[in-house]
Amino acid sequence: METPKLNAERIKKYIEHEKRFDGRALDEFREIVVETGISKNAEGSARVKIGKTEVLVGVKMDVTTPYPDSPDKGNLMVGAELTPLSSPRFESGPPKFPAIETGRIIDRIVRESKFIEMEKLCIKEGEKVWNVMIDIYSLNDDGNLLDAAGIGAIAALSASKIPKYDEEKEKVLFGEWSNKNIPLSKEVPVSITLYKIGSKFIVDPSLEEEDISEAKITIGRKGDYISSMQKGDLKPLTIQEMHQAIEVSERVYNDVLKKIEKQLK
Amino acid sequence: MSEKNQRKVVIPGEVLAKGNEYLPGEGTERRGSEIISLKYGLFEDSNKLIKVIPLSGVYQPRRGNVVIGKVENITFNGWVINIGTAETAFISIMEIPRFVNKNELESVMDIGEMVVAKIWSINKRGIDLSLKSRGLGKIDEGIILAINSNRVPRVIGKEGSMIKLIKDETGCEITVGQNGLIWIKGDSIEKELHAKRAILFVAEHSFLSGLTEELKKWFDENRK
Repeated sequence: METPKLNAERIKKYIEHEKRFDGRALDEFREIVVETGISKNAEGSARVKIGKTEVLVGVKMDVTTPYPDSPDKGNLMVGAELTPLSSPRFESGPPKFPAIETGRIIDRIVRESKFIEMEKLCIKEGEKVWNVMIDIYSLNDDGNLLDAAGIGAIAALSASKIPKYDEEKEKVLFGEWSNKNIPLSKEVPVSITLYKIGSKFIVDPSLEEEDISEAKITIGRKGDYISSMQKGDLKPLTIQEMHQAIEVSERVYNDVLKKIEKQLK
Repeated sequence: MSEKNQRKVVIPGEVLAKGNEYLPGEGTERRGSEIISLKYGLFEDSNKLIKVIPLSGVYQPRRGNVVIGKVENITFNGWVINIGTAETAFISIMEIPRFVNKNELESVMDIGEMVVAKIWSINKRGIDLSLKSRGLGKIDEGIILAINSNRVPRVIGKEGSMIKLIKDETGCEITVGQNGLIWIKGDSIEKELHAKRAILFVAEHSFLSGLTEELKKWFDENRK
């Protein structure tokens, strides 16, 4: 059920006093659990739980021709599916706006942070490169699928092995893995989505909070710098609010990183 | 929690009893000489009559039930209400005990607002709701909480014992809709949230017997 207006008023009033319904601080995440190696057939996979929100991410690799504008770099494809089993609000069928948005945002975070060293995924310049496909499936929606998907993508990539490739027959031997990991940078990018409710920013919203939020901004961070940014929802943000959002995201990035670093392989 | 006060939870297809001396009751079916469960719920055996009290599933509307719903649409002579059933429910303009301008129905109840109503009749056109009774009408303030409608009897308790305990402990006014929506109104948000947590505790532990005692313990542990 959509959150009723009554609850929205109460939540807004409470958040003005810097308090939330579940007792968390405004910039506090729920417990994050990361499991890797969920799928037998994928090159790498991860299941991420943030509270009751649950996301499954898989990585698959393939050899294709590179894009003309990057002949010496591997390809990256990210797709997201919000499955009907995760929430009564999602229907099967062609992806709708939220699913496309999720895929695009995660794509941007992984690509622009240069987390994957794409140059090392080139087999023969202009002809053959590795193609990395990341697929995101929602298993349960209790708010903040976006950040769960982001963490999931990073965890799945960190756990991925490159499959064996037969140079003579030009065939990928699926089901057999080389001992090489996907070449990744040391620093881990994490996306932090900030939701504006009333005049305050919160992170990791519950489903109710996500419903009543009027504006959100996803900030992809890696180390000290911001690598990507995506504004969502209808209401605008002022310049001061943007500064505030960036400030909060830096603090939260370090917190989240601390929580997940041990669980990443 | 001890084994003793756990009621047995059964799943669909589970064999509940063998032998022809048992009788299948609600939520069960006879297959040969066995009685199997048709629902996910609590097992009950009273004098060889086997019953399953469901713990999940959609709300089945009954005449006379007090329900909480959301205004989905406004028509020329009333309001369309969503109470979580397959059919939509309807409140006629005649239910408002004062003069209402037919062009300004939204000034009485607007789309998205919540209302407490009683099921007046169920017919093939849909469900008709009534507001002509005490405690019914539009909800102005408070929070709405949704639980599974099958757990409503546990939240209310025997002769309202459970809900009375929650009301006394938290000092909130609570209205429980048979469709699983619950309206909590208190002096402060803290009190409302305390009541919400208590109700969720009951809903999550509805398979326990002696739940009122468990809830008393819970209140002792969680008192501020």
